[in-house]
Amino acid sequence: MYTFSNRLRIASFILMAVGVMGIGIGFVSAPSTVEEAKAKVAAHGDEHGDSHAVEEAHEEVVAHGETNAHGEVLEHHEEGHDASHDEHLLHQLQNRPWSALYIAAFFFMMIALGVLAFYAIQRAAQAGWSPLLFRVMEGITAYLVPGGIIVFVLLVLSVMHMNHMFVWMDADVVAHDKLLQGKAGYLDPTFFLIRAVIFLGGWILYREFSRKFSLAQDESNDNSNFVKNFRISAAFLVFYLISESMMSWDWIMSVDPHWFSTLFGWYVFASMFVSGITVIAMVTIYLKSKGYLEQVNDSHIHDLAKFMFGISIFWTYLWFAQFMLIWYANIPEEVTYFVTRIQDYRLPFFGMIAMNFVFPLLLLMNSDYKRINWFVIMAGIVILAGHYLDIFNMIMPATVGDQWGIGISEISSVLFFAGLFIFWVFRALTKAPLQPKRNPFIEESKHFHY
Amino acid sequence: MASKVIQAYYNDDDVLMHAVKEVKAAKHHIEEVYCPFPVHGLDKAMGLAPTRIAITSFMYGCLGLTVAIVMMNYIMISDWPQDIGGKPSFSYIENMPAFVPIMFELTVFFAAHLMVITFYLRSRLWPFKKAENPDVRTTDDHFVMEIGVHGNEKELEELLLNTGAVEVNISDK
Repeated sequence: MYTFSNRLRIASFILMAVGVMGIGIGFVSAPSTVEEAKAKVAAHGDEHGDSHAVEEAHEEVVAHGETNAHGEVLEHHEEGHDASHDEHLLHQLQNRPWSALYIAAFFFMMIALGVLAFYAIQRAAQAGWSPLLFRVMEGITAYLVPGGIIVFVLLVLSVMHMNHMFVWMDADVVAHDKLLQGKAGYLDPTFFLIRAVIFLGGWILYREFSRKFSLAQDESNDNSNFVKNFRISAAFLVFYLISESMMSWDWIMSVDPHWFSTLFGWYVFASMFVSGITVIAMVTIYLKSKGYLEQVNDSHIHDLAKFMFGISIFWTYLWFAQFMLIWYANIPEEVTYFVTRIQDYRLPFFGMIAMNFVFPLLLLMNSDYKRINWFVIMAGIVILAGHYLDIFNMIMPATVGDQWGIGISEISSVLFFAGLFIFWVFRALTKAPLQPKRNPFIEESKHFHY
Repeated sequence: MASKVIQAYYNDDDVLMHAVKEVKAAKHHIEEVYCPFPVHGLDKAMGLAPTRIAITSFMYGCLGLTVAIVMMNYIMISDWPQDIGGKPSFSYIENMPAFVPIMFELTVFFAAHLMVITFYLRSRLWPFKKAENPDVRTTDDHFVMEIGVHGNEKELEELLLNTGAVEVNISDK
């Protein structure tokens, strides 16, 4: 049995406390009026001129449906445009603490979900090497319950107009936007929340049942619980593929409601899958270093590192496929997505390619390095930071535009959720023995050697 | 190399592995082991150095990537920077996404093919090469361990028979 070390528990509480304070500061310091917003941007000096130009381009897209070419109306429109520009700026600045919170909440939820998908695949594929790690994975997926609920609460608050992250939730915007009217059947706030409940419900249901069968298998005399787990895992994977794809349209793609991409669901999947595997490897190495997973050997770590390596490349493949298809065809309605990112987010946008592709490619290619535990931890930290940036690049450009930064709001949100994640995961790990007793593959897993 | 070799025949890979370990423990130099299929762990038991073919493959891949970049930079950017459908041919980096599929494929092509050729060269394999197996049974169901003889025939024969060899021959090389 694992006992939650006091130092780790206290560290997680400190992270949460610091996080909550920082998140509070972020919300308090967000401007509440147009004047404050203008003053805040003006204080940044030269950045303003820059932002203005991009702002205009952004505005153009939003206002596309309503442009009126009549001479006399034009003047009036210009005035309205200025005012709407200021309003837009205010919304962007107000969105920043919300987006920071949402990105961090989603990021940690997606780690748990990625681990759940990996776990289900191991069960459905009847992998012989991984049963020793099942309890670690179950511990990590325990975070899906609080993490999923927090993301859901944030979505409900968005529907209640507490923020402006999802423009399509604003009835005024939809009223002037032909494109959004066309999508109103799907992007409907009530339907949106119902879908979210179905997705989260399905994932959490599988997680709880699989955990139940996994623990029951330890105490039973036959393999019926193992077989049940195999069946629900296969069924879950079907549900997961569909729900994950739709989830990515709902929770991420719809912050840019004018833009669409077909492989987006896969792309988000690759990001969560590699983050999840990385966290499995890191938690395993941590527990092993504390002497809790004696049967886990370097070959298990080697396998996890191989997955980190392979899925990092898979992620890059999807990232590039999406980017290159849009860049090549250069269709205006699609390409704005990357234009805003390359203009305003150059460093995070290309930096994440280095962190998520070049770094793991070169570090984890060597077979020997995959067995060096601290090496895997180092690569894992970079991969996780890179995938945080990935989610950052998906959400921020649509919600705060060029008013982004990695400041108090962003860092504290990450700290808060990291603390909650550590607390919840390691608490869940104490609840069951770390080694399954009578999994049919446990012997093979103990002697796994590569 | 000794002019005379002793050949021990085995008909089970487990017995063979065991025999290899015993012969190594008795400090005899194993010249060669002929197997009909790969025996997992045999190289470790014999103490063979790990292969470096993956390292050569990495270098070939780097070469392929360089070839792709130099080739396309010359053709598309320096030699004749034509406007083809509005693609920005001003510098390599501006048009790079369009070149990535070729960069990738050439990297893989070089890494794979040159590594295979390296393997053929290092293991001396070519179409009209004369087969080297000492006994045709080594391609079917027998394993042969070959040890050089330096006037210690009796001792070696005894050792090998004790390790479970089904047949022991001494032949000139």
